[in-house]
Order: sequence, then C-alpha cells, then structure tokens
Amino acid sequence: MESPALPGFQENALKAFAPQRAVREGQVEIIIYGVTNSVSLALMAIGFSLTFGISGLPNFAHGAFYLLGGILTWVFMNQLGLPYLVSALLSVLLIGALGFFLYWGLMLRLRGLAINEVIATLAVAIVIIEVLRWMGFSGFSYVLPPFVRGSLNIGGVWVDIQRLLLVGIGALLVVLLYLFTRRTRTGFSFRAIAQNERTAIAVGIDPDWTAALSLAMGSALAVVAGLTILPLGAIDTEMGYDILLYALAVGIIGGLESIPGAVLGSFILGFSQVLVATFLRAQWQTVVTLAAIVLILAVKPSGILGKYKELEERV
Amino acid sequence: MPEGGKYRKERLDRGIKARSDTLYVLASWKDLCYLLLPRVVPLGLLFILPVVLHGSYWEKVLFYSCIFGLLSLSWDLMAAVGLVSLGQALFFGAGAYMAGALNHYLGWPIFLSIPAGTLGGAAFCTILLVLVVRLRGVYFSIVTLILPLLFAHLIETLEILEGTHGLLSLSPYPSGWLAIYLAIVGLVVVLFGFRKLLDEDFGMILRGIKDDDRVIMAAGVNVYWYKAQAIFLAGAVGSFAGALMTHYYQFVGRSVLALDYTILPLAAVVMGGTGSFAGAVLGSFILVPLSEALRAMGGLRMALYGLILISALAALPEGIFHYLERKYHQFERMVKI
Repeated sequence: MESPALPGFQENALKAFAPQRAVREGQVEIIIYGVTNSVSLALMAIGFSLTFGISGLPNFAHGAFYLLGGILTWVFMNQLGLPYLVSALLSVLLIGALGFFLYWGLMLRLRGLAINEVIATLAVAIVIIEVLRWMGFSGFSYVLPPFVRGSLNIGGVWVDIQRLLLVGIGALLVVLLYLFTRRTRTGFSFRAIAQNERTAIAVGIDPDWTAALSLAMGSALAVVAGLTILPLGAIDTEMGYDILLYALAVGIIGGLESIPGAVLGSFILGFSQVLVATFLRAQWQTVVTLAAIVLILAVKPSGILGKYKELEERV
Repeated sequence: MPEGGKYRKERLDRGIKARSDTLYVLASWKDLCYLLLPRVVPLGLLFILPVVLHGSYWEKVLFYSCIFGLLSLSWDLMAAVGLVSLGQALFFGAGAYMAGALNHYLGWPIFLSIPAGTLGGAAFCTILLVLVVRLRGVYFSIVTLILPLLFAHLIETLEILEGTHGLLSLSPYPSGWLAIYLAIVGLVVVLFGFRKLLDEDFGMILRGIKDDDRVIMAAGVNVYWYKAQAIFLAGAVGSFAGALMTHYYQFVGRSVLALDYTILPLAAVVMGGTGSFAGAVLGSFILVPLSEALRAMGGLRMALYGLILISALAALPEGIFHYLERKYHQFERMVKI
C-alpha cells in the first residue's frame, strides 16, 4: 500500500472550538476560553464515561456517533428541509436507537471479552467515519446553526453566545445526570449494575437491558455534545477520531468510570490546552493531550480521582 | 428429551496411529502426507510464487502480504500474553524510522540498517511499553492506540527526522529477489519459530499469564519480565517489517505511524483466527490481495477492513484457520439422539 493521505488523528477537532485563534493575551481570555474549552471536553466525555461506568462497555464509536449525529442533523435540515428543532431531536433519537441496537445486534455476542468489545466498537467507528469521509461530509459548507447567534462582551473580550450556552448546557447535563442516577428507578438500576452486577441480577435487574440502555444514552449524549459544540466551526470527518481521543484523555485523567472524574479531568485538560496554545504553539495541544494519557497511565494508573476498585481494574 | 428424528452433530478426531504435540510416530505414507501436506504445500507455494509472479504487479502484493503477515504475527504474540495492542503501527514505525535514519544520516548500508532497525526498534518499543506493562486489558490497548499518534504528532511538531517531509532517497535493495525472499524467509521463520516457542516452557508461562496472571505470580514467576520479553520479540518482528518496507519504498514518513498499520493486521488476525499464528498469516494473505484488488474503492478500504472485523467477530469468532483445522482433523457425522 502506498502511503496516501492516511487517516489519523489531527488537530481538526480543535478548530470546532478553536481557542488558539482568539487567545492572545490577558487572563480574562484564558479564563473564558479555558472554561468553555473544559466544558466542551466534559460534554464530549460525559456520554463515554456514562456507558463505561455502568456497563463497562468502552464505546470507541463515541466520536463516530458525535460526528454522525451532527451530519444527520445537517442532512435533515438542508436536504429534507426540516426545521432545526425537529432535525436535532430526530438525530438524537436515531443515534440513541443506533446505540441500543448496536448492543443487541453486536455487543451482546461479545459480552465479557473486553478486548473484542474494544475491537468491535473501534471497527464500527472506522466504518462510520470512513464512509462519511468518502461521502465528502467535510468543509465549510457543512455548518450547523448555533442555538443563539451573536456575541457578548465580557471584561473586554467578545465571546459567542453559543460558547456561554455551552457552559450552561454542560452544567445542566451534569445536574440532570446526577438527578437521574440518584432519583429515578432506571438510574438506581444503572448504579446497581455498576456497583455489583451479580447482586443486581439477584434483585431482578436485567443487565443486558441496562447495558443497552446505557449505550443508547451514551450515544444520545454524544449527539447532544455534537449539536452544542459543532456550531462553533465547520464539520470535519477527522473529528470522529479526535473526539474519541479527547473522551479517553478526559476519562483517564479523571477516572473513566465517574462523572465527577470526567468533569475534573476535562478542566485539567481544558485549561492546560488553552495555556499551551497561548504560550507555546497550537500544535502542542494534541501532543499535550496524548502525552497526558500515557503519563497518567504510566505514573498513576488509577487516574486523579482513582479509587482502589478502579486501580484493580486497570493494573 | 426430544422425540425421534432429532439429530445432533458428532465430531470425532481423525485417527492416525499415534499423535502427541511434540512427537509423531508414523505408520504409513498416508499418515505422513496427512501431517506434512498442510505444511509443505503452502510453504512450497510461498517460495515458488516470487518466480511465477516475477515482474508483475502482484509481486509487490506478495511482498505487502508478507509485511502485513509479519505485523499480524507480532500482534498475535502480544495477544498470546494477554497484551492486546491497538498500535502495531508503533512497532512498524519504530523499525522503519530507525532503519531509515541510520541509512539516511549515517549512511549505513542495507545489511546493517535492517538488523539495527529491527533490534533498535524493538528496544525502543520495549522501553516505552515496559512503563505501562502493569496495565490490564482496555487500558493497555488505549496506551498502544495513542503512542503511534503521539509520535506522529511529535515528529510533526518538533520537526525532527525531517518532520512532515520524511526521509527521502534511502538505499534500495541490490535486487528485487533479495527483498522478497528476505520477507518470505522472515515470515516463515517467525511463523514456525513462534509456534514452537509457545509449545516450550517459555510459551507455557506466556499462555499462563494470559489465562490468569495472578496464579503465575503466585507461582513465583516475575510476570512483568516475561511480558517485557514477549514485547521485545513482538517488537522485533514488527520493526523488521518496518525496516524491510522502508528500504522497499526508499522513503519513510509519518504515514508509517498511521492507523492502517494497526487496523489491517488486526483485521487479518481476527479473520484468520487468534492464537495459532498460522491464522494471522492466512488472514494477511487473504486481506492484502483483497484490498489490492479493491484498490478502486480508495478511501472506502478502511471501512471495508472495519466491516470485515465486525463480521469476523460476529460470525466466525474462532477464525478461518481454526475452522479449517477442525474440519481437517475431525470427522463430522449426524447422530440420532
């Protein structure tokens, strides 16, 4: 095989919320872009962490679902002429259903073989992303509309309202997830399965149903993240790989299984990316992200909020 | 119990006079052929093919098949110790860059740069991966998925090793025959070497680590030392493939660290069957020619590998080789229950 322009992970996802373009100097900018960047990362990671935390299913197709959701919305709006709200809802539901059937159709056969789960979901990701790339869904004509147009002046820095909304949506999602897992029956069953699968089965919780539901929710959350973040830039198929990478990075730094860990991890990574982009060059962002994953796993494998149980799983 | 008329499939081992894993006591030419033909025929074909295909486009494809066969073998050895790698590109790239840099900057000739690339690349990968060798399952896979990307980005960002341009005009092979027979002999030696290795005591420990590393630890064996040795062996094979390929292209660039060199060997092993090494080679010799035949599909080929991976995992998880092996060694008949 000659070496064509090989697919790989590139910085393109960062274009979506490119802090480097705006970040020049000034602490206000660093704080604002640091926060929005961190919340973007948290949004990307939250669905992955949810699925992995509950069912132990590493959904490597997370980034592909993020991308597919964004492109589906674009297609519904621009080729079928549906209104934005309908298109967005439809893609969230469709991808959620895709996650659900991915579990019943494929993952159920591989359950328990952690490695085959990784290989299978990675293969699903590659199929989705490469087909979308082949269909040419990249570039400046593929843009999703923001929820609200315009920008605000905060302490002398102009910020898109979408970026501010993004922070609100991120916070809202974390609160909703907290309430969901602490206040609803389904949420209880999710946590029960995560804590001790056998006991959960003994009290009548169906593990397959729960796992399928968690995969569906994780996939739907990927699309919600996509709909919130993608309007800040153009859609690029390369993102499919990048988003997965960011979700993994955030999860590994904070702790793959926990939502608070994901939030902490995204703030650490988010701010370090912005600082690196400000004081070094933008290319270093990806290097920092990748190196963070390897370093954390080599030095403190449990992640920053790691507990003994998590350590035992990793080492 | 089901009523009459129901059948089940019964499998019986084909009888030859005596058989054990290491020793064959043979009674007849038939037995001898039965055991030798499946080994000799593919080998013979492999050694004749370069002569038959000489000068044609498919000679190149044969070379690629051997390269990817080597990568798949290296993946399979890691998997035999329970280390599932999602980054064969790291091994491939390390060998390719090592051989390329020695040739490009220091002017080492081919017969030095390939062995040096093999050993140097293996040492480099081992040192890197030993740091994370304690990780289990998915976490080890994540590290291996990320390392090649990290190095591709480092090369681009730091502009070391000529950055995005890559190292150009490396020495070619003195003759095309040398390249292809080096690849074929390498493949055969590694294939039978690895199969033999896993039957030895050393291999037994490796397999034990995969099945239950805590038991092996409890037996007083330093698990990490064995894992490191396995990584070195796998790394050497992967780097050898990379070094061979570098001099074949006479070029090495960041593309040697790309996802292709991870996914194709992975798909080949999963399709061919894990754990037997022969499955890895079989898978590569099916997938690489197939993907060359489908060259017109361009970018969709990656998607095709993905589809093959999914369908192999879902439909024939044991792999083609194990399926064929079973059919060859066993009678099947329907028995009334």
